[in-house]
Amino acid sequence: MRALANRPLVAGCLITGLVALMALASFLWTPYDVTKLVVADRTQAPSFTHWFGTDHFGRDIASMIMVGARNSIAVALVAVGIGMGIGVPLGLFAAARGGLLDEALMRLNDLVFAFPALLSAIMITAIFGPGAVNAIIAIGIFNVPVFARVARAGALSVWPREFILAARAAGKGQTLITVEHILPNIANQLLVQGTIQFALGILAEAGLSYLGLGAQPPMPSWGRMLFDAQTRMTIAPWMALFPGMAIVITVLGLNLLGDGIADLLDPKSRRRR
Amino acid sequence: MTAYLAKRLAIAAITLALASVVVFSVLEIVPGDPARVMLGMNASEAQVEQLRQQMGLDGSPVQRYLHWAGNLLSLDFGRSYTYSVPVIDLIAERLAVSLPLALIALALSTAIAIPVGLYAASRRGKAGDAISMGAAQLGVAVPNFWFALLLVYLFAVWLRWLPAGGFPGWSAGIWPALKALILPALALALPQAAILARVTRSALVDVLSEDYIRTARAKGMPWRKVLWGHALRNALIPVVTIMGLQFAFLLAGTIIIENVFYLPGLGRLIFQAITQRDLIVVESVVMLLVATVIAVNLIVDLSYALVDPRLRSRA
Repeated sequence: MRALANRPLVAGCLITGLVALMALASFLWTPYDVTKLVVADRTQAPSFTHWFGTDHFGRDIASMIMVGARNSIAVALVAVGIGMGIGVPLGLFAAARGGLLDEALMRLNDLVFAFPALLSAIMITAIFGPGAVNAIIAIGIFNVPVFARVARAGALSVWPREFILAARAAGKGQTLITVEHILPNIANQLLVQGTIQFALGILAEAGLSYLGLGAQPPMPSWGRMLFDAQTRMTIAPWMALFPGMAIVITVLGLNLLGDGIADLLDPKSRRRR
Repeated sequence: MTAYLAKRLAIAAITLALASVVVFSVLEIVPGDPARVMLGMNASEAQVEQLRQQMGLDGSPVQRYLHWAGNLLSLDFGRSYTYSVPVIDLIAERLAVSLPLALIALALSTAIAIPVGLYAASRRGKAGDAISMGAAQLGVAVPNFWFALLLVYLFAVWLRWLPAGGFPGWSAGIWPALKALILPALALALPQAAILARVTRSALVDVLSEDYIRTARAKGMPWRKVLWGHALRNALIPVVTIMGLQFAFLLAGTIIIENVFYLPGLGRLIFQAITQRDLIVVESVVMLLVATVIAVNLIVDLSYALVDPRLRSRA
């Protein structure tokens, strides 16, 4: 019942759920076919036939936003997966071993942090060419040190606890303790960080595809739609309005979800509000 | 303090050296031969080979790295392949746009965020807190380039107060140049201000529950003085940390924002250099940005000691 009283959590779940549902629904049905260009219908203002209007090729904006949601979610989600998959083991390992190895891994983290995410993303897409897969890799690499830090800091706070001492006395090795005791105890923090990085990933993907470095046409993406809208602001402002709102709503939902989970798991932070 | 300073400096130097190796190696594997790009498709093999030798592209990778890094240290960045001017001139020219842009944005975001954070923290739990933090929550979710488009629509297309893009150059006078930077700086600053306001508020809320705040209130110190003097000063550490991190975001943000507003800054330079395969420009600008990020983080770390006397004695 505490969960229902947690307004950020409820709002975050609702918004995120709706966006996810919209992306899934686009596989089965969209109001119009996004690959079909209808020149006669180009840059039409929002109306009952086209709720969010049409773009310069006569494509239905609402349908494109639905299909674009797939791309945004897939890129950000896989990038979080990469960050967690590599970063968490590294952080746990550094915390378990300590000493020189820990120091070396953390310096490596500093190194990745020195490259602003968008900058390294641009460099990566410059080498391997633009595309959704390279956008995923670029955003994923930036996620690695983030998760490594969270995992390490969390693990370091769990290691001195008494039940770890008990596990060691029982003869369990570092690896087993890490998997059986450390990981479950920091899973909450990782989940919260995961939603934050998911939201940041949506923003980063939009930025990359706005620059033409993300998903390539004809695959609709929110960032690309904003790029197309920029030169047509005077004649078709709705082309910029709705895709941007889709980004804001999605990121807002994820951030609320993250705040809500953090509140739920840590009542102390709740009291601070 | 000296030992701490020495350790921080050494770490920064090592990070910078490693970063240069990374940048160099990454650009080694970029497809495309700069000599070929410069001469065009019609040049003969012999001409290309000659230019390669001239540019020092024929040595081993290690030789070339040492040569390049040595030149960087003496601030010799080489010549741009496409513009045929010294890279340092190109950077200086572009920096005259990007640096003021980033600084104005940083100043704007701080000027918005700190008062909002203070207000929210002092009205904690009341309507003012909920409204300002709701706005901040929304601000965090807004992509800066979309916000830029909205600003252009409102102030350039509709009200016609400010230019929609382009940069007249500082030679055209301070005001026209500044006018061209207002919307870009605002677009960069607002999402950052939202983050900073949230951090400021939560840091202040933590501090305001401390005993010394109650003591200050109990001895009759005015609330305003408690807030600005005792509380804000003690809450500054997380705020300064985030400001340091934001500088890196602002630098990266200029890449997108300068493209939105067609500003001839560093961000646009690096973006164009990548598409034109002008690798020497890419290398230099990336190294400059990375060095700036490392330097800012170093300054932030050291400034903790200034903000917090306890750290000074411990270190």
